[in-house]
Amino acid sequence: MSQIEVRSLAKVFRVAERRAGLAGAFRGLVDRRIREVHALAGVDFDVERGELVGYIGPNGAGKSTTIKILAGILTPTGGTCTVDGLTPWRDRRRHAARIGVVFGQRTQLWWDLPVIESFELLQRVYRVPAPVFQRNRDRMVELMRLGPLLDTPVRQLSLGQRMRADLAAALLHGPKLLFLDEPTIGLDAAAKLAMRDFVRTLNREEGVTVVLTTHDMDDIEALCERIMVIGQGQILIDGGIDDLRRRVGNSRVLIVDLEDTVSVAALEDGLRGVGTRDVRVTGRRARIDFDAGVIAPAALIARVTSRFEVQDLFVEHPPIEHTVAELYAEHGEGEA
Amino acid sequence: MNRLTPYTAVVSARYRNLLQYRAAAFAGFVTQLFWGAVRLMIFGAFYATAEGPQPMNMVEVVAYVWLGQAMLGMLPWNTDADFQEQVASGAVAYDLLRPLDLYGYWFARTLAFRTATTTLRAIPMMIFAMLLLPAFGLADWALPAPSGAALIGFLVAITAAALLSTAITVLAHISMLWTLSGEGVDRIMPSFVTILSGMVVPLPLFPDWLQPFLEWQPFRGLCDVPYRIYSGNIPIAEAASEIAFTLAWTVVIVWFGRFLLSRGVRRLVVQGG
Repeated sequence: MSQIEVRSLAKVFRVAERRAGLAGAFRGLVDRRIREVHALAGVDFDVERGELVGYIGPNGAGKSTTIKILAGILTPTGGTCTVDGLTPWRDRRRHAARIGVVFGQRTQLWWDLPVIESFELLQRVYRVPAPVFQRNRDRMVELMRLGPLLDTPVRQLSLGQRMRADLAAALLHGPKLLFLDEPTIGLDAAAKLAMRDFVRTLNREEGVTVVLTTHDMDDIEALCERIMVIGQGQILIDGGIDDLRRRVGNSRVLIVDLEDTVSVAALEDGLRGVGTRDVRVTGRRARIDFDAGVIAPAALIARVTSRFEVQDLFVEHPPIEHTVAELYAEHGEGEA
Repeated sequence: MNRLTPYTAVVSARYRNLLQYRAAAFAGFVTQLFWGAVRLMIFGAFYATAEGPQPMNMVEVVAYVWLGQAMLGMLPWNTDADFQEQVASGAVAYDLLRPLDLYGYWFARTLAFRTATTTLRAIPMMIFAMLLLPAFGLADWALPAPSGAALIGFLVAITAAALLSTAITVLAHISMLWTLSGEGVDRIMPSFVTILSGMVVPLPLFPDWLQPFLEWQPFRGLCDVPYRIYSGNIPIAEAASEIAFTLAWTVVIVWFGRFLLSRGVRRLVVQGG
């Protein structure tokens, strides 16, 4: 049995709508207009033990709703979901004792307490036996480099420090399943890299299953073997990074460093009839967007090297942001 | 670890945390000292001109007033600002992430909220009223020392009062799941809590026709019962049944709070905080 099994999960929010103007406000008092928002419209997926799954989608697509249902703090309006055999919202307390949850936007630590006291409080709240707690605590303090911060009240921590403390706090009771909701939001580059390292280590070395939502595609590319893309309450894609790319086509970028500067016009001229999409030149570097289904990369490279003096060249996948943006556009979704 | 460990840990963490607010406690102490003096002068004038026997003598009134000033913070007259913020921001749903009984968790936090600031104010107030006033030659206005039995009765009764006050405050917290703001309850609560508990005027001094009502309402357990046990106005033989009265109301209010919370949580998990 999979660790997480989700079947036709649906969540409809009922939102009272306001009418415009004073007259509308009075009408609203007696005749409320209720709009139904389908945050999740039948979502299915499984997560196996030890997986590291990235869950992405534009704002309002249903990411957080899914995480909240899986964490047991929101009840769905339809469908089923089991986590380690428990239904999160029905067996809330037993379920809560087994999982770890970190919300990037919101600390779970006690604001005024020094970090170490928060940890000790969590030990009692989760009824962690002392030897287990000490082992987990020491491991987390070492892994997240929290040693110098233990006596600092949470409110005095920087965002990066706080996120590390939050992540450690979520793992003190040794959960085998971790939900991370935008764990890198607002972090600087160094803190992001550190956070990714921790998550990778937890997953690889401790075997913790991780479900991660993010807007940061670098997180996904650095961490996840599997990605689920949600849009308008439905899973659009569930697969590896390669699946995601294949799904939106064969976009590639050929980057060429030339011996001499070349004008865009000259370059376009040399590539006439090949079927490239777009050509940009900065200094001696040219970026050629093309579709690998229209022209094979090898053929394009042959053409370029036959017409121009080339120092170096390489083919790249477009940044995954573009891929995802294209996907959202395809489904009429998102602000991008 | 016993079953209560998580909850006692929450009480102690929050309690220690609130003990940090010493300046606020000192300001509160000075204010309450002033009000205590004003109230005593009013009652003094009242008793000097009163004819015939009163339901309480002046010594008992003095004890009632000083204990009231010392324990003022323990009245369920307001809600926890931390909690208000949590409701306003929707963070309250995240309490469900803990493997705890939600009512128990909130009760534990609220118990610390109700008692921590009170401890900080009560101790200097008692020292002042009991020891310093006689030293200034104001022995008539000082908090009299209780008999040993009355002191024990008082300590049990004030513990019961703390539980009752916490249960009422938790109820107010739960109401915010619907109102989404603590402002309403914060305005309403002080007026009837201070009057019905006896904080403004000791309950025995209210008119006779009101007494049957005053005797049975829950707020009496907050001030009237413990303060009168202290002064001996409620004889120690009757203390047990009076404390049982307080605890019975506590049980009723806890039960009602749990019922409301289960409804409120259903809303919360439906709308998502």
